[in-house]
Amino acid sequence: MTAPLGPPRIRIPRSARAGEVIEIRTLIEHPMETGLHQAGARRDMLTRLLVRMNGETVLAADVRNGTAANPYHVFFVRIERTSSFDFTWTDEGGRSARTEARVTVG
Amino acid sequence: MTTRRSLLALALLPAGAAAADDTALQRAIRDAVGDAPITDGGIALRVPATAENGGQVPIAILADSPMTAADHITGIHVFATANPAPGVASFSLTPLLARAEVHTRIRLAEAQRIIVLAQSNDGRVRRATAEIRVTTGGCLT
Repeated sequence: MTAPLGPPRIRIPRSARAGEVIEIRTLIEHPMETGLHQAGARRDMLTRLLVRMNGETVLAADVRNGTAANPYHVFFVRIERTSSFDFTWTDEGGRSARTEARVTVG
Repeated sequence: MTTRRSLLALALLPAGAAAADDTALQRAIRDAVGDAPITDGGIALRVPATAENGGQVPIAILADSPMTAADHITGIHVFATANPAPGVASFSLTPLLARAEVHTRIRLAEAQRIIVLAQSNDGRVRRATAEIRVTTGGCLT
């Protein structure tokens, strides 16, 4: 019930050229249990993924009942300089899981 | 006469159910984009024609946008019209993204139409839809 969220998995290049568009893939293991279909099933849902680059918001995903278990997201970012990424998932109970990545331009 | 009336009742039942679904869908769409006018085009929705497993259906949404500070997509919203709850996900986008493109995996209870909306920073909303057949429904797994 109070097990930690996660662990998240991120696929992101370690390095890139200035101006390059990189693909970022994220996945977090989570049942996304809506509590709708089984008697007694307790609702257990993530509510948000927030992605930041150098502290600025890149993308936020508000996930609801129709989002599949083990939420998976792919998106594309243009890299101009060495950048740090921060990925934070939050559930409806306020728990969160966070991970970081760094992409070196050089 | 009785037969005719029963047939009429049978014919009306699904229509009534559909109207209720439409209300939930319309409410979800209004919550997402308000009363902004919606036009088709300028956005693509890529889905499989048939989803073997309704619990994990890959979809990709791609709106035409330069994603500059002056001209970018601010939100992408996904609706599954025949799920118990039509809201699937909403994405808030910023010009830090290279493209107004998001891929994810969704759940579908049964064969249905998917609607995606993309709102740009000038408030305009574009729509794309796709029909997906579902071999095994995803909301019961």
